[in-house]
Amino acid sequence: MSDTFQPIAPRPAPIRTEGFVPWAKANLFGNWASSLATVLLLGLALWWLPGLLNWVIFKAVWVPKVDQCQAAREIGACWGVVGEKYRLIIFGRYPFDQQWRPLVATLAMVGLLVASCIRVFWRPWLVLLWIAVMALFFALMMGGFGGLSFVPTDRWGGLPLTVMVATLSIVLAFPLAVFVALGRRSKMPAIKTICVIYVELVRGVPLISVLFMASFMFPLFMPPGMTIDVLLRVLVGITLFSAAYLAEIVRGGLQAIPKGQQEAADTLGLSYWQAQRKIILPQALALVVPGVMNNFIAIFKDTSLVTIVSLYELTGAMGLALDSDSDWRPFKIEAYLFITAIYFAFCFSMSRYSLWIEKRLSVSKNR
Amino acid sequence: MANPTTAGSAGAPPPKRNWSLRSRAVRGVLYQILALAVIGLAVWFLAHNTLQNMRVRGIQSGFDFLTQPAGFDIGELMIPYESSNPYWMAFLVGLMNTLRVAIIGIVLATVIGTLLGVGRFSHNALVRGLCYVYVEVFRNVPVLLQLLMWYLVMTSSLPGPGEARSLAGLFFISNGGLSYPVPVWGLGQGLAVAGLLAGAVLAWLWARRARTLFEQTGLPRPVLWPSLGLLLAGALAGWAIGGAPTDWNVPVPGDFAVQGGSSLTPEFLSVLIGLVLYTASYIAEVVRAGIASVPRGQTEAAGALGLAKGQQMRLVVLPQALRVIIPPMTNQFLNLTKNSSLAVAIGYPDVVSISNTAINQTGRAIECIAIIMLVYLSTSLGTSALMNWYNKRAAIKER
Repeated sequence: MSDTFQPIAPRPAPIRTEGFVPWAKANLFGNWASSLATVLLLGLALWWLPGLLNWVIFKAVWVPKVDQCQAAREIGACWGVVGEKYRLIIFGRYPFDQQWRPLVATLAMVGLLVASCIRVFWRPWLVLLWIAVMALFFALMMGGFGGLSFVPTDRWGGLPLTVMVATLSIVLAFPLAVFVALGRRSKMPAIKTICVIYVELVRGVPLISVLFMASFMFPLFMPPGMTIDVLLRVLVGITLFSAAYLAEIVRGGLQAIPKGQQEAADTLGLSYWQAQRKIILPQALALVVPGVMNNFIAIFKDTSLVTIVSLYELTGAMGLALDSDSDWRPFKIEAYLFITAIYFAFCFSMSRYSLWIEKRLSVSKNR
Repeated sequence: MANPTTAGSAGAPPPKRNWSLRSRAVRGVLYQILALAVIGLAVWFLAHNTLQNMRVRGIQSGFDFLTQPAGFDIGELMIPYESSNPYWMAFLVGLMNTLRVAIIGIVLATVIGTLLGVGRFSHNALVRGLCYVYVEVFRNVPVLLQLLMWYLVMTSSLPGPGEARSLAGLFFISNGGLSYPVPVWGLGQGLAVAGLLAGAVLAWLWARRARTLFEQTGLPRPVLWPSLGLLLAGALAGWAIGGAPTDWNVPVPGDFAVQGGSSLTPEFLSVLIGLVLYTASYIAEVVRAGIASVPRGQTEAAGALGLAKGQQMRLVVLPQALRVIIPPMTNQFLNLTKNSSLAVAIGYPDVVSISNTAINQTGRAIECIAIIMLVYLSTSLGTSALMNWYNKRAAIKER
């Protein structure tokens, strides 16, 4: 037995698995196909990006001057068109000197939407807040009292109209959707048939045909001599349309509630409505929040269709702002990109929220 | 609610009917009568008003206008039509245009969407990121806006037909549309198609035979390459028998327009591209969710059984993923079809656009909107029936 200490050979250092180089090795050059894709994509980027960046940023014209924009055509974007026209695009035909009113009204509405997304605020008084903000919105937009000049609804336009139509139609559609969803699960044949026909009929036709109906046929439905504002007609149309889709979402939530819950409620002697209100709906509606959110995003995007029945929401207001101005019309694509960015900002943040709330709501289900 | 007391075992005496208002059955019947009465009253009210309004304003009603001459031209025709033809032919042209953009769109959107959805699982971070960015951008912008933008790009950023941009001297693109070469139709082409069909039948027979052999002997036979070979051989044989024609009708740029070949209008192209790119982003999410729903253990188990990567995908993962994918995919197909109605915004003569013109010319709003709804309802129901049939085939076969 030798007394000298014989150390074993040192182990090699562990392979680095963190940091950029190992990440790139695994994720960019994992095998030959992956390496090829990386090289191809980087090559494409090198080929395209300089021109694109020049167009978007470096050679773009940022001041609202027509002659500069004309000089830079095909080379750089003309963001000056946004600076020149943004008030017309965002507020449509609303009287120019009164545009602080739609601004305040829209900010209040968006603030309310954001507040409604936070769980701490899910309290009964939120309903009162909704009613108050809606009243504020319409009072501000309409005017006609206390020194505010009256603005008829056909002058409303742009982003306030988009936000209002989307929000109001979902809020009004929701109670209807709950009733239709309950009706579709009802054991009463007549009620069930009515609900099934309504849902399938509406889901089978495009929104534009509903809007056509609101604009062409609705006036015929009313008693002679009675006219209804076009905005109201369109609101009714979109509400009935989204209620059918929402009803299917709510029905999905109702189906996810185990049968035992209803049976337990029956055992306790609760009536049908008591059982729905106290046992079934609170559980089912919590489940459908992400679905409702996605439906809200869909309706928010679909409001762009009302421009076809001549209500000038964001898309329509943009067309209105540029089509009549031959100087700026050539730069329509930049204006399109501007409203695309607005829609994207709204829809993307809502879809992120929907994902987040989906995770939050399923916390209680995970063990 | 139905009366639960009526459900009793056969031996028990029939429960006594209780005709008081406290009985659930009685109240159920009352509620139903009430609901029907309210709906009936509402329908009567609306119909009454409508009839009265129509009488007051002197609006005629009925579908008799369908046989009168339409009096307007349509820019995009799949069947012969001119402005002296009756309205029903105009509607038929519109229906064909709707179906054309919907069917081509569904095929393209499925292919692109599936590639994007699978791309989300790529080992390459750039591919993954690119697919993610694509999906988020295209999903979160209204499809109408996208259609309008594509139309703007098509009509204002492309050169005029006089100086059409050429791709390899065969394709010409300008703000007048895309022109592409087509073969001059003759005996050779007909025989080639016949040969292709014969090859397809042979390939199908071989696939069946290969499967039987595999089940009997356990030895896998190649299917993909022989099938492709059979298809190609059939087509080539037909083409050779027909005299191997090589005549193509190639578009030629002229001073004012591109002559010859076949062409697609900018309206059709913008509707198609807009709808395909928008729907593909949704289909990508559907496919991604479907693949993600198959537990990783399934792939690992397939690997443990010795299946190759392609076999794991084809035999284990895809059949399970398809069950999750098909229902939402059906919804996307229906959405694409319904969204094709937005073509009215850029002047593609689909059925909505034709109806819009007809409403403005004849004032028969109710009839024209009824036609629109009927068209979309029947296409929707037809598509869902087809997809339900396919879904049943793909569903779990429980023994």
